[in-house]
Amino acid sequence: MNHDTRQTCQQLLGDLSAYVAGEATTAVCAAIEQHLADCENCRVVVDTLHKTIFLYQQLPQPDLPAGARDRLIARLEIEPI
Amino acid sequence: MAELSDEELVSRLQGGDKSACTVCIDRYGTAVYRLALRLLKNEADAEDVMQETFLNAFKAIGSFEGRSSLKTWLYRITYNNAMMRLRQKDPALLSIDESWPPEDGAVIVPQQLFDWCCLPERELTSEETRQKLATAVTDLPPALKGVFLLREFEGLSTQETADALEISTDLVKTRLYRARLQLRENLADYFASAQPSGV
Repeated sequence: MNHDTRQTCQQLLGDLSAYVAGEATTAVCAAIEQHLADCENCRVVVDTLHKTIFLYQQLPQPDLPAGARDRLIARLEIEPI
Repeated sequence: MAELSDEELVSRLQGGDKSACTVCIDRYGTAVYRLALRLLKNEADAEDVMQETFLNAFKAIGSFEGRSSLKTWLYRITYNNAMMRLRQKDPALLSIDESWPPEDGAVIVPQQLFDWCCLPERELTSEETRQKLATAVTDLPPALKGVFLLREFEGLSTQETADALEISTDLVKTRLYRARLQLRENLADYFASAQPSGV
């Protein structure tokens, strides 16, 4: 983070959670975007944070192993519920 | 039967209808297994937890009052069963984790500032990168991982995640943010170290 913008960088990090979640107020969004236009380091953090979330959302979801459903149903047959 | 709403399904389960158990397993079995697998990192343990979760749920269905959704309730049982299993294996890990994050509210300051967003798509979506993504999330502290998995992978809302984990919505938001920052840092380190210039 740049020394001369440290305070604003710290403020941005404090507000970033709501900004990334789409829950920041219009005023906070505007302040963040203005800061990002002038601060390369914070722009990198925000861009890579968004990209990280995107990559995780693209990951394939694991399936149930073959036979797991049937093994559970078989167990239900022998265990009282 | 497969078209039953969750409310009708719960009603049948509470009435002792065994075929409703199968419908419930078919509807939520994969999601329960997936959460358990990502928490436990072990297929056999995840299947055990899936079995325990449905057995526990069907035994306790009489006490289900519908304050949360059936899905959220099943996630809560899954999470608790998985945590119990982790606690048995490593009590020290979770005794630390339960108080995480610290209450001082300190902001995490990103350290790795390598800009990897413009790397070639093939590098961002390679099998090696996918493995790295999966490893990074399984290595998160359990408190962060539970929130991250439910919000990002299972698509629960902040309120549903809070209900499933029995924590406040503010804590869900804090943990999700910290998880995202930690994963970003981890991924940035990975991409930086993979560059020929050793950024």
